[in-house]
This record gives sequence, structure tokens and C-alpha cells, in this order.
Amino acid sequence: MSRLEIPIPNRAQVVVEQLYKDLERRIEASPSGLCPIDMSKAFLELCHAQTCGKCVPCRVGLRQLKKMISDVLNGRATLETLDEMEETALSIMESADCAIGYEAANMVYKGLIGFHDEYVSHIELGRCNCSYQQPVPCVSLCPAGVDIPGYIALVHEGRYKDAIRLIRKDNPFPTTCGFICEHPCEARCRRNMIDDAINIRGLKRMAADFAGKVAPPQCQPSTGKKVAIVGGGPGGLSTAYYLQLMGHQVVVYEMLPKLGGMLRYGIPNYRLPKDRLDDDINAILETGVQVKHGLRIGIDITIDDLRNQYDAVLITIGASTDKKLGVEGEDADGVISAVQFLRDVGKGSAIDLKGQEVCVVGGGNVSMDAVRTAVRLGARKVTIVYRRRVADMTALRDEIEGAIAEGVEVATLKAPVRIETDNDYSTRGLWVRPQMISSIRDGRASVKDTGEGDILIPCTTVIVAIGQDIESQHFADAGVPVNRGVIQTGRHGGFDLLPGVFAGGDCATGPATVIKAIGAAKVIAANIDEYLGFHHVIQSDVEVPLPNMADRNPCGRVNMTEREACQRVCDFDGVELPMTEAECRQEASRCLRCDHFGYGIFKGGRETLW
Amino acid sequence: MVKLTIDQRAIEVPEGSTIMDAANIAGIPIPKLCFLKDINEIGACRVCVVEIEGKDKLVTSCNNEVEEGMVIYTNSPKVRRNRKKTVEMILSQHNSNCVTCARNRNCSLQTITRDLNILDVPYEKELTPLPWNRNFPLIRDNDKCIKCMRCISVCEKVQGVRIWDVGGTGSRTGVYVSGNRKIEESDCVLCGQCITHCPVGALRERDDTEKAWWAIENKKKVTVVQVAPAVRAAWGEVFGIPAREATMGKIADALRKIGFDYVFDTVFSADLTIMEEGSEFVERFSKGDTRQMPMFTSCCPGWVRFVKSQYPHLVSRLSTAKSPQQMFGAVMKTYFAKKIGVAPEDMVTVSVMPCVAKKGERNMELFYEEYAGYDVDVVLTTRELTRMIRMAHIDPCTLKDAPCDDPMADGTGAGVIFGTTGGVMEAALRSAYYLITGENPDADAFSEVRSTREQPKWKEAEFRIKDIVVRTAVVNGLANTRELIDALERGEVHYDFVEVMACPGGCVGGGGQPIKDGCELATARGGSLRMLDEAAPVRFSHENKAVLQLYDEFMEKPLSHKAHLLLHTDHDAWQMPDAGK
Repeated sequence: MSRLEIPIPNRAQVVVEQLYKDLERRIEASPSGLCPIDMSKAFLELCHAQTCGKCVPCRVGLRQLKKMISDVLNGRATLETLDEMEETALSIMESADCAIGYEAANMVYKGLIGFHDEYVSHIELGRCNCSYQQPVPCVSLCPAGVDIPGYIALVHEGRYKDAIRLIRKDNPFPTTCGFICEHPCEARCRRNMIDDAINIRGLKRMAADFAGKVAPPQCQPSTGKKVAIVGGGPGGLSTAYYLQLMGHQVVVYEMLPKLGGMLRYGIPNYRLPKDRLDDDINAILETGVQVKHGLRIGIDITIDDLRNQYDAVLITIGASTDKKLGVEGEDADGVISAVQFLRDVGKGSAIDLKGQEVCVVGGGNVSMDAVRTAVRLGARKVTIVYRRRVADMTALRDEIEGAIAEGVEVATLKAPVRIETDNDYSTRGLWVRPQMISSIRDGRASVKDTGEGDILIPCTTVIVAIGQDIESQHFADAGVPVNRGVIQTGRHGGFDLLPGVFAGGDCATGPATVIKAIGAAKVIAANIDEYLGFHHVIQSDVEVPLPNMADRNPCGRVNMTEREACQRVCDFDGVELPMTEAECRQEASRCLRCDHFGYGIFKGGRETLW
Repeated sequence: MVKLTIDQRAIEVPEGSTIMDAANIAGIPIPKLCFLKDINEIGACRVCVVEIEGKDKLVTSCNNEVEEGMVIYTNSPKVRRNRKKTVEMILSQHNSNCVTCARNRNCSLQTITRDLNILDVPYEKELTPLPWNRNFPLIRDNDKCIKCMRCISVCEKVQGVRIWDVGGTGSRTGVYVSGNRKIEESDCVLCGQCITHCPVGALRERDDTEKAWWAIENKKKVTVVQVAPAVRAAWGEVFGIPAREATMGKIADALRKIGFDYVFDTVFSADLTIMEEGSEFVERFSKGDTRQMPMFTSCCPGWVRFVKSQYPHLVSRLSTAKSPQQMFGAVMKTYFAKKIGVAPEDMVTVSVMPCVAKKGERNMELFYEEYAGYDVDVVLTTRELTRMIRMAHIDPCTLKDAPCDDPMADGTGAGVIFGTTGGVMEAALRSAYYLITGENPDADAFSEVRSTREQPKWKEAEFRIKDIVVRTAVVNGLANTRELIDALERGEVHYDFVEVMACPGGCVGGGGQPIKDGCELATARGGSLRMLDEAAPVRFSHENKAVLQLYDEFMEKPLSHKAHLLLHTDHDAWQMPDAGK
């Protein structure tokens, strides 16, 4: 006998480890609308299976909790059962020896508090009142409700133009979204249950790449109605597109020289090449949308003027002013907001950063856009200054990794305290205070001072990217309801007291995503149409191919690749490389067609018109 | 065309065919449970799975289309093994007390279980009965439900009402009354289409046969029964009697053998309805009352429940005429009771109807002289009639044609077609023409309102009678009806007179008719009624001698005070729960 042995995992353990991974992916693809109590019971089963069995509260108490949850689910519980559950859960939380016990009880307890109403309704109704809300997960999660399985099937058949036509039924920015959509659709892709989510965004980009120019559909006969849209960003232009297709004449008021809003003046060219953005905008303009450039609302023309001249008015001004840091020296030369900085680049009047040192404050996507743009403008050193850790940043992972690959420094756990200036009141550096990560509040780790001394990061430019605000003062003055700068519409996108006036996009939600603005545009276009006394329908005559009945064998996801970092920092050209047609076809074939298989065919399938 | 191989047979089928269609073309039946053509093609029961060569997973044949070169096996060992397991799983949650089930020997689950030779179910039985109001005309037994979702689909897609919905989640998912309502608090129109489209016995009508037996047995009671036109077109299916031989006369014979004292044909009161409703239409039309919105027929209680719950503001557009069932009940308890010298209290009026909603309609009260009660006391569906024939151990082959009783034995061809879509309109127009011009039109002059093979959502027709133009529409199925009303309200269409029948194809497709799973028999049954009309010696309601005699002796004339009292109704007297929501 040997004194010590090298442990070798047995076969069962290896398989269980794989099953853990399967379960993780399954949880990721979990649809919403499931019964929270049924899920609690399932979680508790898992927790209880993990118990070592030594201590009473965990071994016995969790079992009793399980029985009581089952009683609730089976319609055998009373309101007293809930009291007993709460007492039992609290007791386990307070008396169990290790986390396996007290955290399991805590999960039950959180549910008792968090979905108390559902518990009560189970007891009163004798059943669950929830309903499955994601017949087709990707479509349910797309704010614009784009027919994703439909266009993926079209891409699979190489019918790229049809794919673009189908997407435009719900989203007139297929190319733009192919490049920069945050793809909430992928979050709960059912393919996760097999291997990994479909690269939906990538497939959309490929549809746009391969399709070439696709003309928009015919407009319906003119209604003689005129609609003014204030702001030519994605929300305003999407609404313009649908209203124009419905037969109304739209006039877009844009204060900047070109259309596109943040897509043109916020998102750098290397992420969204502007000639590709123009593909979408040109198709929108082809429907007959008119544009008036250079007029500023509240200065050159008022909302009341527009109300008098048009049958309806839509406000989609976005969120285009910056939030302030609120530190000493913020008004010094060399301190600039990210919005202004990126807009100047978009307009072709970028500031010169050659050889300079730049600090960018913030950890969101705009911050990443700013640092990567600064690198391309020739800055010698660019530093992201962020209060928390990289893991806490709200920017997309790919953007953070892209920035780091391009040589950006990341100064985490540093809170800006003041701007160091010279005698000319020009920026000389950014003083930061070291932070340590601390307790988790509302699911997010907070920070506190470490107590160490402040540090000076030398730099001549500080770019502030900590959020955006809305220029809503003029609208507030005109009687539009505004709260903390955000325009407050009803769920229909309009105002009870201002008939005929609508608002949407970032100015009505606070800064959000392109696809959310497009989703809101559909709602508003439909409601403006109703307001004008019509009931036009937007539909697509593209026939979606039949689902492929092949077995769904596990297959890796095709991810997009990028140009080499050392090359791409030298220019503003697109960073992302396309898929090959073979990759594109393989990726499209991974789609499980939830519109046809599962609950989709019964309750979700396909909305062919709106 | 697509070429493929099914069970070693090379066949060619049109593009777009499902695998099930293709197998049918090849004469290969594929068993199924949840499938309903065009209504419920959701692949839920997994019974119709087939094996496709080269693929590991089985595929449902009901909702997947054929592809060029496919090699399909509908009954391979793998298919058979899985199909059997699936049915065993279904049986583990199905109350299989078949002998006491209304669908015994007419149940798709029973048939598939037999065909698969399932003699033991390896799983523990897990039944989930739910409480139900057994007094409601529609009965649901949750522990028989196999969650095929057909009821949800048929109610939503064909009737546009959405009484049923999926409820609960996960393993507890089931079918419930939508919106957490109780059925009696819902806007269920009682069309019964969920019953006739249920593959098992989870849904049925409230059985009222014992009430009829009680009346027959009770020596103090005189039992008077009426039989609706659509019943004759369907009852024979249950006994395998060909349509041509399944006459009203044989039903009359059976009912007398069962023990009813007097037997009448509702065709008589259909003619009476035409006299009242036709006169009412001519009056309302002449007054210009139909210029904005049409007058709607009121003989279908499913439709009346629908309009009361979905469009309560349109109730005044209904004809005030009672339905033939209620008219006949009122005539029986007054005119006829006097004739035979029986107090209305001692009379039990029974009707045999193709309909479940009639069980709700009978709650309408009747007040006449001293009498306070109901027009109709017991309503039986066609299915209950056939059950009573069986209960009486009558051999249907021995039945002979027997006449109805006097003095209401007459019925015309116009009354017979009340049981099929377009029939009420056609009968009404035949008599309206007479009322306006004083002469009869050709009996087939209004055939344009009849249903056609390519049925649009509704059938519209314009008729010139003398110098006036009457615009009519005929619709069946409530989803179609909703679209028609919405079009009327948007001003896209205009009609003077609209006939609505809630069930697809009219009463012949009624929720109380015999069930043959997977077969829509309304068109064939409607054809039988049309043939009876064509062969009828009298084809105009206003020429029904017994009806004319009734006016002569009792009702005076259409729309008289007495007619209003007995043959018309106040639609505001009762409301639907959930009206207007």
C-alpha cells in the first residue's frame, strides 16, 4: 500500500462535472415567465442534494422546506404554510453550520419575500398564474421583435436580399445593427442548451454584407398627412421610415449636417463604417422622407410652430449632452466630454492628440469608444480611469478587450478627485484616489477609499464619459412632461395633455441602445398612424424557408474575428472581419427554429404584420 | 411535385404537402391525437412521429413538409416503440374509466391505445381532477384532458372567443378557463366546438337525459318533444344509418317508443320564425332602420351570447324574434296546451337540438296568463338523443317513418334549411319577397346566399325585390363574425340583413352533433338538408298551413300583440357575464 495516492477522478465524477456545465448553459437559456415557485423548488432540490448530511438544519430543514413548497405547488397549502416556511428558512439561515445550508435557505427566503404575491396567488388559486413568455426566445427579447429565425433561415439559403427585406419589416437599420447591435436576442438563445448561442448579430451583418443594395418596399397611397420628426437619429429615422411607408409625408429636423444621430456622431467609424450606415439611411430616404438640416428646436423653430404646421410631431432628440464629474478643475482647458469629443471626430474636426497623454473617465461603451478613438488620433498614452474593477464595467467585453489589445492602460479602482492645471488653466493631470472593492449592495460591488494618498496621472486631455443627458428644457417649457431631464410619455409614446405630440428613443428612456430606439419607433409609428385616423399595416411578403429537420449535433459557434491590433490603430477603418460564406451557412444551420419547434408553433410562431 | 419514398413506396406529392398528407396520398394512415387540420398543427402529442432516413430524431408528420428524396418510415420499430411509450405517458395522466365515459368507443385515445396493443401502462397513474360547476351546460373533466390544446385553438381561431388558455407552468401546465375565470363567469358562448373537437371525453355537454326520463315516467306530466332540422342530418351517423334513410319520421318513431306523448318538428316553428322575423325585417327595413347597421338574425343562441358579451351595444340590432326552439315551447305551453286541455304546468317541453347553447337559451322565462315558467324545460343534444335511443334498447333498423302530431305537423322546405348556413336568410327572403310583392319568387331565387366550396369569410348578396335593393350577408363561425362586425363598424361594408350562425357550417356543424374525430361533416349534412328542401312539396314558410292556422286561431297575425308577448323576446332581460370586456 502506498502512503499517499494521487487522486484520479472517477468516471461518474467526470460526467457530473460535464452535467454541471450543461446545467449552467441551460440556466442561461431559461425562458422568462416560468413559475418562480416551481423554480425555487428545483433550486432547493439541487441545494439539498449538495448537503453533506452532518447538520440537522440543512439535512432535515431543507427537506421540510421542499415539502412545503410542494404543498404550495400542489394546491395543498394555506397561508399558515407560508409563515411556517419563513420561520423554517430563517432558522436554517441562522443555525446552519456552513454555506451549503444557510445559503440554500436564503434562496428560499429571498423568494418568500421577492415573490410573496405569487406564493399567495398559488394558495388562493390552487395553481400558478404565470405564463410562458418566450415562445421564441430571440424574438421575445429583441425590443423591435425582429423575425430572427426567419432571416437566419433566409441567410442559410443564401437569400440575403430577402433576409434584409424581412428584417426591415421591424427594423430599418439592418446593416447598422449587423455591426453594433448589443444583441439582447442572443442572451437566452435555446441553442445554449446544446452548445452556445447563435451568433445572431454576426449573421445579420453577413446578410447586409452579401445582400448589397436592397430597395425599400413601395409606399402605400399618400394620406395627405404631414408629420414632423425632431431629431434624425435611429429612433427618428425608423419612425420616419414606417410612417412614410404608411403613406404619410415625414419631415425630419436635424440640427447636425448629416443624419444618423449617435450612429454617426457617437459611434466611431472603426465600429460602424459610415458608408455602411449610409446604406441604411439611403434606403430610408428612398421612401421619400424629407430632411431639414441646421434648425435647432427651441432656437430656430419651436415645438408650437411644428404643432401648427404638421398633423403630428415626434420628438426623438436623443441624449446628446454630457454629465459632469463635479470635480475641481473640470472647466479647465483640455477637459472635454466624450459626446463632444466623438462628435468632433464624426464631423471631421477632431482635436489633435498626437504624442499626448489622455485620461478617459468611465467604464461604459462610450468610454471604450473614446479611448480607442484617442489611440487612433495618435495619443502616446491613453488610460481608462474607473472607480471599480474591470469586471464591474458596463461596456461590452469585446470592447474592453479590443481597447486593451490596442494598448490602452486600465487604471481601475481609482476615483477622480480633481484636475491638475497649470498657470494657463490647462490640464496637466488627473488626481485620483485609490479605492478598494467592498460589500455588495443591490447586486453590485461598492467601493470605498483605501486610505492611501491621492495619485496624479499626468495627462493633457481628460475625456469624461460617465453618462449622457437630454436637452429637454425647451420641451419642458412647451408643456411636455419632463422628469429629471427625461421626457415622460405614456406607454403609447404620446402625452395625454398634448394630443398629436409623441416622443421616443433615448430622450424618453434615458441613454439606451439603438435597437430599443427602433422598437419604440415601431410603437410610435403605429400610434401616430392611429392618431391620424388610419390603420395601416406593415408587413413583408418574404416567405420564410421551411425548418431544416437535420439532427442538432453540437457544433461550435462562429465568432467574428478582427484585424490585427497593430494595424487597426493606424486608421479608422472597420475593425471586425466578416464571416466567410461557408462560416455563415454553418452558423445559420445551428438555429433551432424555435418558431417551428416547441412552444413557438403553438403560441409564438411568427408575427407577419404589425 | 416532390418525389419521396414512404414505407418503401415511391410516391410523388404536391410541393408543400406535410408528411402526413403525403402518407395519406399513399394510402398510409398515420395515427394522431392533437392534430386538427389548419387549426391545431402543433406537434404536441408526438403520436404522429415518423422516422426519416439519415436522421436520429423522429419528426412529427403533421407539421413538417416533405422534401425531395426523403425516405420516410411511418411504422419502423423505432417509431412504434416511441409512439407506444408516448401513449403510455399520456395514459398515465388520463382517467381511463372508459366504460363510464361519454366518449366510450368514440375516443381517439382509446383507439390508438387499442391499435398499439397497450395492455399495461408501466407508469404510476397521476390524475389531477379539478372542481367544475356541474350545472353549467358545458362540462370539463380535467383528469381526462390530454393537453392536446385543440380546445384552445378551436375557440381562438375558429370562434375568436378565447375561453380556454394554457395555465400553470412547467410540469403542471394544463388547460384552464382563460383569465383565471370560472366558466360560469366567462363569456363562453356555449357553441360546443371545443366538445366536438376534443379527441377524448374531457369536454362534453351536461347530460339532461335523466330529466327527460323523469318527465316520461311521471304520470302527471304530458311530454311534448320537438326536434330541430339539423338533427335529422346527423343522428344516423351514430348508428351507421345512411343520411337518406335517417329521416325525421324515424326520429319521431323512436321518440314515441321512448315514451314521449307528442312529437313535433321544429321546422314548424322555423316557419313561424320566418313569419315573425321576416315581417319584422320588412318593417324595420321600410322604416329605414337598417340604413346604418343591419338587422341580425336571433335564432342562434351562441351568436346571441356572443353579441351580448362582445358587442353589447349592438344587441338592439338583433331581431326580437325568439328562436324556433323558444317559439315552439311558447306555442306548446299556450295554444297547444289549450287544444289538448292540459295545464301548462303539467306539460314538460323537451327539445332535441344540435346545440349546447340551447341548454343555456332555455333559461328564458315564459309568463302567460297564470303560467310562470319556461318555454322549454329540457334541452337534449343530438348526442343525448342517440344515447336515449340506446338506453331504450331500440334497434334503429326497426324504426319506421312516423308523422308528427297535429295540429303542428306541417313544415316546409324553407324551415328545414334553418339548420344550415344561409338557410335562415334564404327562407326569410323567400317570404319577404312574398310580403313585398304579393307573389312567390322562384324557390331557388336566393341561392346565392348558400355556402360554396370556396367559402369566403362571409357571403354577401344583393337582391332586387320590385324597386328596392336588399343587401344581405351570411356568416358562420364567430371569428368570421367578429371580422364582419368590425368591418361593419368601420363602415367598410354595409348590409340590411345579416344571418349569423355561431358554428362552422351552421347548426349542422353544431356543438351538440355526433362527433367523428378529424372529420368536419357540416357541409355534407347541410347538403342533406338542401336536398330535403328541394324535394319538399311546400318551400315557402308563409304557405305552411299549420302556421297559418295558428295565426288564424290564436296569434292573429305576425307582430300582433299576442305574437309579441309569446314569440318575441326582450334582449335586455339578461346580460352575459363579462359583457363588453
